[in-house]
Amino acid sequence: MADTDDEHTSPKNPDNRIGLERQAADQAHKQQIAASAPETAGRRPGATRVVRDRKGARKVVEVPSTGHSWDGIEEYDNPLPRWWLWTFYATIVWSVGYVIAYPAIPLVNGATRGVLGETMRSNVAAEIQRFNEANAPIRAKLVETPLDEIATDPELANFTTNAGGAIFRTWCAQCHGSGAGGAPGYPSLLDNDWLWGGTLEDIYMTVQHGIRDPKDGDTRYSEMPRFGTDEMLESEQIDQVVNYVLQISDQPHDADLAAEGAVVYADNCSACHAEDGTGDRMQGAPDLTDAISLYGTDPETITRIVRDGPFGVMPAWNARLSEADIRAVASYVHSLGGGE
Amino acid sequence: MSQSDIDPPQLYAAREPIFPRRVQGWYRNLKWVIMAVTLAIYYIFPWIRWDRGPSLPDQAVLVDLANRRFFFFWIEIWPHEFYFVAGLLVMAGLGLFLFTSALGRVWCGYACPQTVWTDLFILTERWVEGDRNARLRLWNAPWSAHKARLRVTKWLIWLLISVMTGGAWIFYFTDAPTLLGNLLTGQAHPAAYMTMAVLTGTTFLFGGFAREQICIYACPWPRIQAAMMDEDTLTVAYRDWRGEPRGKIRKDEATRSDGGDKGDCIDCMACVNVCPMGIDIRDGQQLECITCALCIDACDDVMDRIGKPRGLIDYMALKDENAERAGAEPKPLIRHILRPRTLLYFTLWSGIGVAMLVALFMRSPFDLNVTPVRNPLFVTMSDGAIRNTYALRLRNKQGSSREFAISVTDGDGGIAQSVALALEGQPSDSVSVEADSTFTQRLYLTAAPDSALATGGQAELTLWVEDATDGVKSSIETVFYGRGE
Repeated sequence: MADTDDEHTSPKNPDNRIGLERQAADQAHKQQIAASAPETAGRRPGATRVVRDRKGARKVVEVPSTGHSWDGIEEYDNPLPRWWLWTFYATIVWSVGYVIAYPAIPLVNGATRGVLGETMRSNVAAEIQRFNEANAPIRAKLVETPLDEIATDPELANFTTNAGGAIFRTWCAQCHGSGAGGAPGYPSLLDNDWLWGGTLEDIYMTVQHGIRDPKDGDTRYSEMPRFGTDEMLESEQIDQVVNYVLQISDQPHDADLAAEGAVVYADNCSACHAEDGTGDRMQGAPDLTDAISLYGTDPETITRIVRDGPFGVMPAWNARLSEADIRAVASYVHSLGGGE
Repeated sequence: MSQSDIDPPQLYAAREPIFPRRVQGWYRNLKWVIMAVTLAIYYIFPWIRWDRGPSLPDQAVLVDLANRRFFFFWIEIWPHEFYFVAGLLVMAGLGLFLFTSALGRVWCGYACPQTVWTDLFILTERWVEGDRNARLRLWNAPWSAHKARLRVTKWLIWLLISVMTGGAWIFYFTDAPTLLGNLLTGQAHPAAYMTMAVLTGTTFLFGGFAREQICIYACPWPRIQAAMMDEDTLTVAYRDWRGEPRGKIRKDEATRSDGGDKGDCIDCMACVNVCPMGIDIRDGQQLECITCALCIDACDDVMDRIGKPRGLIDYMALKDENAERAGAEPKPLIRHILRPRTLLYFTLWSGIGVAMLVALFMRSPFDLNVTPVRNPLFVTMSDGAIRNTYALRLRNKQGSSREFAISVTDGDGGIAQSVALALEGQPSDSVSVEADSTFTQRLYLTAAPDSALATGGQAELTLWVEDATDGVKSSIETVFYGRGE
């Protein structure tokens, strides 16, 4: 046992006590396991195993121990089944075939092509082709159906909801937002206020030809004059008309300036925005009296608009999207809650 | 055992062929019954018809992947009710814990498909090639027309069983009679043929050739089971204190069971010859043993014939082995089986089962859920009203088309003030949903300008759906976002 004078093993050294207690506990545990294990009457060979040869005759082979033992359970070094080895060789054979058939070996520019010529790109192209072919009949039907009958046909309505939604998120969401909620300068498509009209026919027309698109002869076109920049109105007059616009849209305003502004409005603005300020969809002139505005409702923004006359541009989509796509996305936008 | 008998170890070992002998007895009969019942369930279930009306399939057990439905007789599970499947899996897990802690590897020995099909394949083998000795002779014989004929016959029958096994599996996934017709005329989906081919191949290989190799090397379950067994778990064991020293005995010679010095074991090798795993149970508990109990039948038969008591090889708990060796009386098996651990497993297992049954019978005939469209949170209308948009998903689980009326109340169930409800594309406040289908309706709630809802932040609302046919109502909570002034 331990040399009692050696400070590394002496039980007198309190630092050693934990280790010694641990050893004692291990020893006790081993004895306990040995006592409770069933005794076999000396027959159990332990390190040998009985096998049969190819003729079915029994023989005994030695099984070496790895020398690892936990709680009396010893790990033997049993041979691996031979079929397992064959499985390993089979995977090697498979890998050779795979390397020949599929892209595998990296080269300086790309990799080997493989005799099957399979690429992720061609897979995607084939997949798109498959979907296009599957959708061809319903797309043809969509083009043939009058616009006002699309929503009442469950099959077409389902298609426009999904396909139109996908087109919207691809081409329209950049300006109008993925939820079609718009942003300052880009109209929301969810509310019931439309610049150029909110019937399906109107939306279809807008998507087809765009707004102020110089490349499309049928585009919707209008222009608000730059009353300040082009010195058409004095800055006092601009102040007055801004207060008038605030008044007709039920916002805090200076009543005296607004009274003056009514005159300025009647002279300069009413031709497009209408005498009562409710706008004109034929010219894309917004309603100035309601709770919705394209750029903002605060006096500074309204002043800037009167001064600079900003306007937005929307591309004509008939050059880029097919007729079926345009119908689908128009129907989708019409079904978002604002459609008339 | 002299040193010269012991061969040096090899790196790889070829499979040792096993030729299990025929055996008769109580456990063998039990195994025949379990085999017949499990195989019958597997092959017959897809062919049972169950009338569910014109719009639904009439197959009693059907996993309809295309339409995402699972049918089991009168029960129909929709994908959102997958928790029933999860519950069944939990029950299956706990059931295995229960059976393993009480009865050891009873699953392996009696019910595992690998065991059942291997048993069926061995049965076929015996019909064609004869019992153990005949098969051994055939194995050792050189190739001849006779041997080839027997082998080919056996393989063809195995292949037939395998094709039927792979074939039966795919019948669970689509209408069985239609699929059978399509399979025979070559019109079935390639996936059906592929699945069938793969399962045919694995059945043929696993049942005919791999057999015990699957249990020993491929299956993780035996390794897990070892962790769930304790000293009360039943295992198949050899009473070595009664059997040893083994050896030949003369007629009427006294052995241990009648006070003699010799053991009861006459070393007839019956237990080894019937073992489908190719082990000697007298070496003690081994990882190969699937506790199929055929050695018990074989040994009992021998004990009967030499006039010794049965049970030299028997189901035993480890505790009893030690007790018996010390000369004490063993406890009755039932007292090993009924113990706190197994009772706890049983309580959990049956608790989940009862909870699932209750949930199953409390299912409503239609379901709804609602998703507020939060992009944007709200829309300002031209008159200043605030509108929120919702996607309302209605699942009509009934066999007929239904009209559902939709209404809204405030969070406490009172009338929601100054809120207007509208449905996209619907002229009224009701929506019709086809039989056994799901419908998603875009729904708008508009709060009047300057109302509390419009100017407030977030408010609770409740949507109600009423089946116009029978007046069954269901509700779901949701929220309304105001301008937040």
